[in-house]
Amino acid sequence: MILDIELISDWFRPKSRVLDLGCGDGSLLSSLKQKHSILGYGLEIDPEAISQCIARGVNVVEQDLNRGLTNFPDNSFDTVVMTQALQAMRFPHLVLDEMLRIGQDCIITFPNFGYWRTRAYLNLRGRMPVTKQLAYQWYDTPNIHFFTYNDFEALCKERNIRVLRSYCVSERFLDRQFISLWPNMFAETAVYHLTKL
Amino acid sequence: MSGSSLKNSIGLVSPQTVVMREPLTLACGIMLSSHTLVFETYGQLNADNSNAILICHALSGSHHAAGFHEGDSSPGWWDSYIGPGKAIDSSRFFIVSLNNIGSCFGSSGPTSINPDTGEVWGASFPSLRARDWVESQRLLMEHLGIEVWAAVIGGSLGGMQAMRWSLEHPEKLLNAVVIASAMKLSAQNIAFNEIARRAIKSDPDYCDGDYLQQEKAPLHGLALARMLGHVTYLSDELMGQKFGRELRSGTFSTEKTQPIEFQIESYLNYQGDKFSDSFDANSYILITKMLDYFDLARQYQGNPVKAFGHAQCKFLVISFSSDWRFAPSRSREIVHALISAGKDVSYAAIESDMGHDAFLLPNNRYEDALASYLSRVADGLDASIQAEGDQT
Repeated sequence: MILDIELISDWFRPKSRVLDLGCGDGSLLSSLKQKHSILGYGLEIDPEAISQCIARGVNVVEQDLNRGLTNFPDNSFDTVVMTQALQAMRFPHLVLDEMLRIGQDCIITFPNFGYWRTRAYLNLRGRMPVTKQLAYQWYDTPNIHFFTYNDFEALCKERNIRVLRSYCVSERFLDRQFISLWPNMFAETAVYHLTKL
Repeated sequence: MSGSSLKNSIGLVSPQTVVMREPLTLACGIMLSSHTLVFETYGQLNADNSNAILICHALSGSHHAAGFHEGDSSPGWWDSYIGPGKAIDSSRFFIVSLNNIGSCFGSSGPTSINPDTGEVWGASFPSLRARDWVESQRLLMEHLGIEVWAAVIGGSLGGMQAMRWSLEHPEKLLNAVVIASAMKLSAQNIAFNEIARRAIKSDPDYCDGDYLQQEKAPLHGLALARMLGHVTYLSDELMGQKFGRELRSGTFSTEKTQPIEFQIESYLNYQGDKFSDSFDANSYILITKMLDYFDLARQYQGNPVKAFGHAQCKFLVISFSSDWRFAPSRSREIVHALISAGKDVSYAAIESDMGHDAFLLPNNRYEDALASYLSRVADGLDASIQAEGDQT
């Protein structure tokens, strides 16, 4: 998803310290460095992605997010960001807590499982959705926790997380006409800027 | 030298010798009025002398890191990674590899002559610290007309030198590559080193370190020290795969009196003897002590974040999963100190069952990470030469 990256790239402060959890090939950190001169570090476990980061000069640290982030001190980063990876965590709520502990603020984007096309796929075909965004078969997927926009809203309330801003995005023009009326149905991806209450 | 081994090899190389006339005051306070360094270089220095890489060897290494010496059948100790088109690419970089002082491959050390007395140094060669190696490397750097290293690279004790460079001469290197290393040794590391030293000193031919003067050599003690070291550089898995419980001679069938020798016994004995024929016992004692004394942050109130605050270069840190002498957790300490200090660092934790020795051996991922990093460094140098050319 490119829309969510475009949207969040202006949420980072110039020259801030940024930690990107599951940074992939490092494209977000690389563009933030060019745009805002941030000091960024990415965490990643995929060897190929790590090499790509190194090759484009992005700081990347090989670390499994599921084994915890206790090695990072409280408030040691301005912003901790995670794009399209929360659904792949063993314990998403604990990762969220850790992100809020390490960063002054957090930016999260995730695929909304309540999106109408995903619902339709499950309802009409009776099979687990395989879409452009969730492009895996159920038995071989990194995505082990599916949740909706509404689920995440509830989790933030439960855990006293303050939502600074949130956006619902979709690549389709038609979706965007209804998205503010019924985000849980028309958002393909949800984007959150969070902080501790 | 076979044809196939020449593929991507630097080919024939020959060492050079330089006598440094500038006095070198060591950390222990003793001054070497002059000292000799033996080194090799691979590749060509570019137009603005900016593409030089320093290779730092570990405990038993030498200047001969890559290519072949005339008549040799095996290449230098890091030939898997240094050469044209290899991770440390001699077609893009000018690579400098020296034998450090205190070692025994031609540079000043216990086996060389003390110019002040005309006698062999032996055990009286002054005690050394990693910073002394760095200072002597800096003199070589000046001799070669290099102002800034594009990278300083080393594994194990070599990685310690790379880190020390970043603190002692922050403006003289752009990148430090720290492989299978640590900011200081653990008690267990020091313990292994002390057992090795005691093995050497227990050999009757050690003669309190004066064996050269008495034309003897503590070969047995040094072999024992190396055998112990060798076991700690390998992993349990690797030894199991390589040797298992295979017998070299003898049999377990009954009514046989022939002595039994396991493959691992024979291998270790061979390695120990081979090493004691080529290395000096006093050098071994000297350099293991140097390892023990190393503590990157000692002069910075023991605070590695404060220490790395002085660094200006970028870092690449690499560890190996089965390395229990310099475990991945030790590399992660380096990485986290660097992150807290706000320095650029990348870290690759390579899966390998080769133990500490993995840093010397071929491994695709390791090669890929190192090559990706250095190729970006080389691209940066090319771009800046290009930019200068455009300006003039």
